[in-house]
Amino acid sequence: MKTWQTLPRSFRRYPVRPPDSGIARRKSIWERIHIDPWLLGMLLVLMAAGLLVLYSASGQRIEAVIAQSVRFGVALVGMVIIAQFSPSTFLRWAPLAYGVGLAMLVAVEVAGDVGMGAKRWLEIPGVIRFQPSEMMKLAVPLMVAAYLNRCQLPPRLRDIVVCAVIIGVPVLLTAIQPDLGTSLVVASAAVIVVLLAGLSWRLIALVGAFIAAGLPVLWMNMHNYQRQRVLTFLDPESDPLGAGWNIIQSTTAIGSGGLWGKGWLQGTQSQLEFLPERHTDFIIAVLGEEFGLVGMLMLLCLYVMIVGRGLWLATSSQDTFGRLVAGSIILTFFIYVFVNVGMVSGILPVVGVPLPLVSYGGTSSVTLLAGFGILMSIHAHRRLLPR
Amino acid sequence: MPQRPDTLKNPGQELRIFRVRALLAVLVVVILTGLLTGRLAYLQIVQHDLYSTRSEKNRVRVEPLPPNRGLIYDRNGVLLAENRPTYNLTLVRERVDSLEETLTLLVELLDLPQDDIEAFNVRSRQRQRPFQPALLMSDLSEDQIARLAVNRHRLPGVEVEAQLLRYYPDAEVMAHALGYVGRINAEELKTLDTGRYAGTHFIGKTGVERFYEEELHGQAGLRKVETNARGRVLRELGRTDPVPGKNLTLTLDKSMQALAYELMDGRRGSIVAIAPATGEILAMVSTPGFDSNQFVTGIDVASYRGLQEDLDLPLFNRAIRGHYPPGSTIKPFLALAGLIEGAITPNSTINDPGFYQLPNDSRRYRNWLRWGHGRVDMERSIAVSNNTYYYSLAHDLGIDKLHEQMSNFGFGQRVAHDVQGESAALMPSRDWKRARFNQPWYPGETLSVGIGQGYWQVTPLQLASATAALANQGRWVKPRIAMEIGGEPLARDLPDTLPDIQLDNEAWWDRVFSGMEKVLTGHEGTARRTGVGLEYRMGGKSGTAQVFSLGQDQRYNAAELEERLRDHALFMAFAPLEDPQIAVSVIVENAGGGSTHAAHLARAMTDAWLLDNEAPDIDEIKEELEADTAGVEGN
Repeated sequence: MKTWQTLPRSFRRYPVRPPDSGIARRKSIWERIHIDPWLLGMLLVLMAAGLLVLYSASGQRIEAVIAQSVRFGVALVGMVIIAQFSPSTFLRWAPLAYGVGLAMLVAVEVAGDVGMGAKRWLEIPGVIRFQPSEMMKLAVPLMVAAYLNRCQLPPRLRDIVVCAVIIGVPVLLTAIQPDLGTSLVVASAAVIVVLLAGLSWRLIALVGAFIAAGLPVLWMNMHNYQRQRVLTFLDPESDPLGAGWNIIQSTTAIGSGGLWGKGWLQGTQSQLEFLPERHTDFIIAVLGEEFGLVGMLMLLCLYVMIVGRGLWLATSSQDTFGRLVAGSIILTFFIYVFVNVGMVSGILPVVGVPLPLVSYGGTSSVTLLAGFGILMSIHAHRRLLPR
Repeated sequence: MPQRPDTLKNPGQELRIFRVRALLAVLVVVILTGLLTGRLAYLQIVQHDLYSTRSEKNRVRVEPLPPNRGLIYDRNGVLLAENRPTYNLTLVRERVDSLEETLTLLVELLDLPQDDIEAFNVRSRQRQRPFQPALLMSDLSEDQIARLAVNRHRLPGVEVEAQLLRYYPDAEVMAHALGYVGRINAEELKTLDTGRYAGTHFIGKTGVERFYEEELHGQAGLRKVETNARGRVLRELGRTDPVPGKNLTLTLDKSMQALAYELMDGRRGSIVAIAPATGEILAMVSTPGFDSNQFVTGIDVASYRGLQEDLDLPLFNRAIRGHYPPGSTIKPFLALAGLIEGAITPNSTINDPGFYQLPNDSRRYRNWLRWGHGRVDMERSIAVSNNTYYYSLAHDLGIDKLHEQMSNFGFGQRVAHDVQGESAALMPSRDWKRARFNQPWYPGETLSVGIGQGYWQVTPLQLASATAALANQGRWVKPRIAMEIGGEPLARDLPDTLPDIQLDNEAWWDRVFSGMEKVLTGHEGTARRTGVGLEYRMGGKSGTAQVFSLGQDQRYNAAELEERLRDHALFMAFAPLEDPQIAVSVIVENAGGGSTHAAHLARAMTDAWLLDNEAPDIDEIKEELEADTAGVEGN
């Protein structure tokens, strides 16, 4: 495989180039449009692989593949547009985005649509219908990074308390919708910012202990279906026809795939509809069944390379805000992957997190690629910043 | 957002911190990815076989193919038990939009009581996997099927499935002899071979259906099919055909059975007819009968309670479980016992003053004729049913020899080869009384046994088979109800047959037969009215059994008693005398009027079997019955 040989070298090339030589050099087309070709290339490969699996997972409905492609197209255009803004723009607008997001979360609580037992959607009838919590996945880390950008790092206790409030309010609002999955994603995206900013190890240990102590309290406040998910995770066989069905069927799908898989479109678990939510949250089980361990590892490899490339871009950013935001975006991306694959393969409880850019669905793709747009903007605009 | 003036940014330090943290992040990413890789490798390499099997089990369903139950015919090939297609109502919960609405609609459409909604709700949960249809109701009527078909669009997830169900065309007449099948219950499930019974819902509960369950059932087949998660069969991967159950041909004659049932005319009682030469049971009727088809689909509580609480005990199989004092019907057997033991000869006589007294005892044991029959020999003792003769004989024999000899005729034991649930009834003995009451045997009790009263109890089947053995001049043939099983005739000689009964002088059989013939044709025979116009030679013996014992010297008028306190009428007979083709026992509960009623029915049975007449006129027989039972005739 060619990419294996070419990629490491290309990773090395960027820092070798003087960050700001001052010498007028002809900009490449990629630099002109503020896009990182390697990251874009890998994302396109991922989306292509995703569409391939989606065709099988949707029961070979080409309509689903076309619909998903259109969404990818829109999201990619969005990414390119976002990449054109300079990071200073995001820094300026972060508080506003955060404030609007917060207001909408409150609005959802007051007047939101109920879907699947949870208030998640905000609708302006006939115009648009979306989940404000989705937007907060980007707005909260941006806000935290913007705040920390003002402070001396590593952050002092006072700054951390402020960050905790910034994070806590939207996370709580999302959690009571209730949407535990998204609230955890929002929280981790923002917490990662704080961690990358240099949160002291002692505090990390302290918070860790605090969370461990708080778990029983969390349990007491959970909805029944959330508790059921946890219980079923601990023992799927306890309810094989109900809540345990999903996890039993997904591990069966993956396990029966073996090393090489049953072949594309040949997975009996997925094609015969034993696998639930096979084109959304559980799509990786289709891949596992039809392409085996080899296919799974190739996909994981692709994800890790994207994360590696993203982290590299973050590190090579020249200011704290950019680094924190870029690092958070890419690590959150990884958390998505880990949580999704972990839950489908049965080592994490089922918490409705889609597999990035593979699961069928528009909102998450748009948010993800918007994030990558910010990442690319941070990278592509770096020479302009120090002035 | 402007920087706060009081803080000094240190870009170098911040970059260093970030690099350390980013490096740690890489480490975490690598570790977590390693964890996922490990988990996936565990699932896909280490546990691959387990999950492959699971996935196959998901995909491939082994469907049992239940065998068709063997059919049951009578000796002339008339179908007695068949399998008819019936229609079941099933429901797939996953395909139903609103369970509550659907069930309400179903109950409304099918015109069922509201209680069934809850029953349906419970039944809809009884299944092993999602998308499996649950059985809500069996045996839909044509009308119900039509109504479901019309409303199909309103009932997604509701299906009508065809199934073969046992059906008995002559249920009431055959119910006791044939038995019936019913749903397998939890108790039966424990002992069943689940492989053989995969997919079978019914099992023989009583009668022939129960006794020949193994032969009738057959062997279940298998069908491997690929299904999707909704349980829809996509293709068949392989199959083993079921082995259908064996057809059964019974020795019963449906027309004889129907005749016996009609002769009983709704009265409580039983008629059993046996072909003496072969032991074939020609008819075995217990009345009243019941509709055994009700039990196949599951009888409703009200109907079952009705049958249970009916004073006539329709569910009770009198032919094999009814215990009756045999009364005088056993006098020919006692005479034979006396001949064998040397207590009497055919020519020895007694003088009957109308009663019998034990030595040193003032109690008088009465003959039914108050003034006595005078000089009585063996033949006359049978013909006039003299009690005194048998008091004397019983006293001479003693209970031990009585018990031994009567046991040789099958009394007190199960006699038939393949009759399910047969009772041994009771042939009393010293040992039995000691065990039962912890009392010694009293000589007076021997006298009671001598006229078929006291503790002695027989079943109609026992009486018929003893009569058959007598008709065979002592040669025992075990009664049987199956003639052919899957085309194979049942062996002529069956195991555990009683030893033949030997007389020192073979000619004495004719003397006993002669006494029995005089019962019907002699000028003082107790059933001489029945014997009028006989077209063949017939031997028989009448008997009445007291429902309660009368005090000494007490006379009574049958008409004054409640119907249920009246005597049972009994009769045993065989014909023709020189070459017996049929042996019959008849018991009519609370018939009153002595034994005449039973004797008429026995004659109707032998007539039907021996004469080539068209079906006998039941009404004519009934008229004769009424005329003849008006006058009370002896024992």
